[in-house]
Amino acid sequence: MTMRDTFVTTAEEVLADPRTTVVLADISAAAFAPAAARYPGRVVNVGIREQLMVGVAGGLALTGQRPIVHSYAPFLVERAYEQIKLDLDHQGVGAVLVSVGASYDRAAAGRTHLAPADVALIDTLNDWTVHVPGHPDEVPGLLRDAVCGRGSTYLRLSTQTNARAYPEAGDLRVVRDAGPGAPLLVAVGPLLDAALAAVADRPVTVAWTHRPRPFDTAGLRALAGTEVILVEPYLAGTSARVVAAALADRPHRLLALGVGRSELRRYGGPEDHDRWHGLDAAGLRRSVDDFLTPARAAA
Amino acid sequence: MTTTTATDPAVLRALLDRVRAGREFGPNVYSTLDVLQVLYDRVLRITPATVDDPDRDRFLLSKGHAVAGYYALLAARGFVPVAWLDDQGGPDSRLGDHPDRLLVPGVEIGSGSLGHGLGLGVGTALGLRAQGRTDPRVYVLLGDAELDEGSNHEAIAYAGATGLGNLTAIVLDNRSASHGWPGGAAGRFTVNGWTAATVDGRDHAALHTALTGHDHHRPHVVVAVVTDGEWA
Repeated sequence: MTMRDTFVTTAEEVLADPRTTVVLADISAAAFAPAAARYPGRVVNVGIREQLMVGVAGGLALTGQRPIVHSYAPFLVERAYEQIKLDLDHQGVGAVLVSVGASYDRAAAGRTHLAPADVALIDTLNDWTVHVPGHPDEVPGLLRDAVCGRGSTYLRLSTQTNARAYPEAGDLRVVRDAGPGAPLLVAVGPLLDAALAAVADRPVTVAWTHRPRPFDTAGLRALAGTEVILVEPYLAGTSARVVAAALADRPHRLLALGVGRSELRRYGGPEDHDRWHGLDAAGLRRSVDDFLTPARAAA
Repeated sequence: MTTTTATDPAVLRALLDRVRAGREFGPNVYSTLDVLQVLYDRVLRITPATVDDPDRDRFLLSKGHAVAGYYALLAARGFVPVAWLDDQGGPDSRLGDHPDRLLVPGVEIGSGSLGHGLGLGVGTALGLRAQGRTDPRVYVLLGDAELDEGSNHEAIAYAGATGLGNLTAIVLDNRSASHGWPGGAAGRFTVNGWTAATVDGRDHAALHTALTGHDHHRPHVVVAVVTDGEWA
């Protein structure tokens, strides 16, 4: 079962609540066909029309429906950004946005299907919850909770996963404790396994979360010493402002790792792009070592 | 309940003058007044007491810049205090140059950026239908220049293809689209399965007939043509 499979299965379950409506723009429409047959009128496929998809979600929410809006990440978040800003936020209504594709799940499809900036773009808005699960088993609980709420949630699904699930880690969860004062590495979503492998023999505490927004700043303050390392599976630096604000009253150093800004114009698979962006275990280890041993980086 | 009391044009004119406060209004303000009057006086089943009633009709002003007449009419019908009109756009005013639904009672959507109302209207119509509310109707007022925005055409095609029978679009056609709509705006809707009526946007009887001319099986569009910018 992929994250997308568990999403479709769970969405069909939550459709039992008559206030729920799924809004699609052709992506995953076939997977939702059984749900559409079971709940006519509450699985809405508008065709390849992303502006309408989000506008419809806003209108549904205005009547009291709880929309679940789903497409490929760049089409859901980037193409219809003004609809997210105005048809949801400005109207004072919420929706649950669920994307697939992540930063480079379909690397061979090229730039049009890559969305490393999606979380940063959502982060320009106010009061959104962002979940980046690391395992398919984490998806059902996150979706159910989001649909039960009234605010806006972005649920970012990926084909990249950790070997095991760590449910209910919205607040930072310490996966590896290197003791008081040790450098703190915060891994988000499916990058936990690579991060653990990268610092396996280094004195680094590793904490994990599937919820970069709202970021667990209290947990960060409790765990952080002088050195903080962020490892995020989307645009590098996306959470740097949050960490900087949370630790503004303390001298600290921050290394923010993630997907780079430059367009590589290379295909291959997600594991290749992990390597090229320095997000595989070896790349992360190099960056962490350089950060923790400044003399080495300068040499 | 359909309201049948007409808004006194002299009262409306006086309220509009309070909003205007000596400023010059463009044709977009005056060309919209007649259709707003007919809607609020004779078509929409909304009163200040029912602004939160889930079974109310919805009126979505998509061309949010046509706001002066909208505010004047909302004041005339008792949705907002008349005193609010005097400081429109001021630092403490709830009435911006575009309406905000969180600030103004009776306003269904915040608008301003063109091309958002019809998508929101389609979603509202779908939501009402999912809830089994077959009585309320959704009306969305657009401009002919606003139709330039491609998002409208996403909504027009989808609403027509799915027979969204509880939706009415009103296109206030004051011939302001830079490249025009050869053959008329209505054709952009009818080719997608909408019913349509094109009428004189100053003729209240014709507007009323057109605005109540839907068949409940297909979405309906009323093109209200206003070619002079004065308001009698």
